[in-house]
Amino acid sequence: MSPHGNPEEPASSAAEIKREAPKVSTGSTNDSVIEPVEIKSSTTEVSTSSTTGRSGWGLWEVFVRSSRGLSHVHAGSLHAPDAAMALRNARDLYTRRNEGVSIWVVPAEAIAASDPDAKGSFFESPQGKDYRHATYYTKSEGVKHL
Amino acid sequence: MAAQNLQSVPAEPTAEQRQEQADREGQAYFDRIMAEDSRIEPKDWMPAAYRKTLLRQISQHAHSEIIGMQPEANWITRAPSLKRKAILMAKVQDEAGHGLYLYSAAETLGHTRDEMMDALIAGKARYSSIFNYPALTWADMGAIGWLVDGAAICNQVPLCRASYGPYGRAMVRICKEESFHQRQGFEILLELSNGTPEQKQMAQDAVNRWYAPSLMMFGPPDDDSPNSKQSMAWNIKRFSNDELRSRFVGMMVEQVKVLGLTLPDSQIRYNEDTKKWEHGPLDWNEFQEVLAGRGPCNAQRLERRREAHDDGAWVREAAAAYAAKQSARMQKENAA
Repeated sequence: MSPHGNPEEPASSAAEIKREAPKVSTGSTNDSVIEPVEIKSSTTEVSTSSTTGRSGWGLWEVFVRSSRGLSHVHAGSLHAPDAAMALRNARDLYTRRNEGVSIWVVPAEAIAASDPDAKGSFFESPQGKDYRHATYYTKSEGVKHL
Repeated sequence: MAAQNLQSVPAEPTAEQRQEQADREGQAYFDRIMAEDSRIEPKDWMPAAYRKTLLRQISQHAHSEIIGMQPEANWITRAPSLKRKAILMAKVQDEAGHGLYLYSAAETLGHTRDEMMDALIAGKARYSSIFNYPALTWADMGAIGWLVDGAAICNQVPLCRASYGPYGRAMVRICKEESFHQRQGFEILLELSNGTPEQKQMAQDAVNRWYAPSLMMFGPPDDDSPNSKQSMAWNIKRFSNDELRSRFVGMMVEQVKVLGLTLPDSQIRYNEDTKKWEHGPLDWNEFQEVLAGRGPCNAQRLERRREAHDDGAWVREAAAAYAAKQSARMQKENAA
């Protein structure tokens, strides 16, 4: 290809390109591996049992502080071989437009999460305890500065 | 549990029965979430078909972003000014980012990144048919931004409300970034349209070539789109293909006037009865051909992706080796 030529220009043997084009399966992709997987409660959003890829790049969760005075908020995840690279990748992936002044990266497997199935019992305690909210106390309605 | 326990309590449900019970409860929970138009999160129970549909849609979407880097990356070296090069690089970098957000969302459903990469490179995965058309002139950068990214935005804004949390969140981020893409494309076309007659002709030619393929990005007509109904019932899809396509035509018909160009479709009209924009017939045979891998650039796009993946292998390996070495050194120092 010439340095300033247009690589998009169809090759002279366009017909050949078409013929060589791999057949894309018309069905769905990889049906065999889409069965629901068992869920590990030690990872945050990721439900796969193995979060480290073939190349040894593990999964990291990224938290970004958007400006001083605010807390770090979960922005997403990414793959990286170590913490230093995870930080750099996070900067390139989640702060291309000044979205942050500080980044945390955490190995996904280091995060302990509550079990979604135990939602009911785990968060039961505040239920029925309306008196913990200011709105419970109605007799003072209309009183100023209270 | 010890074996004698099982003997003394014969009525204990089997693992299968327990699974059935869990599925029944899960389905009821899932149905309630759908009825409330709330969100499903990764570790929630979800029907296998819902998971499968999402995995297919999100991974195909991710592949489209990654392959979509190519038509524009090809023009970075030949962009007419330093500013245009910088803009194009920022846009291509955004597409890479969008691909990565979406791969992450797909991973929460149980596919690994490696599996998805392999499927793409092996030609087993689909991506948007639009990226198998060639970008022939500089004006194509304008038409791609204006029409292709414009159609993508139309499609993607409703996906911000998709019922699967990680997908919706990825789409919010993507939509924020996408609007710059469309505007810079519009500006390229506007500048060419106000240039020499040759430049204006180049802009018109690009619009002519990208118009129909961009309308086809919304997918087959509603009566030929069997999966749409289920996706809408699952609150993944919010509007039908034809509905979105019609909206898009309505927007473009106004914007093209500002450009001083025309759309290559004499049958565009607003139907007062249906309150919808109508357009001329589209070549759905061509769409199916391109989707099946027989478009003008399918082979070229996959080959380029394969090359990039293979050429980058040593970088990934080196980074992993460095990380392993560093962590071994740290352990040694800590032990000493």
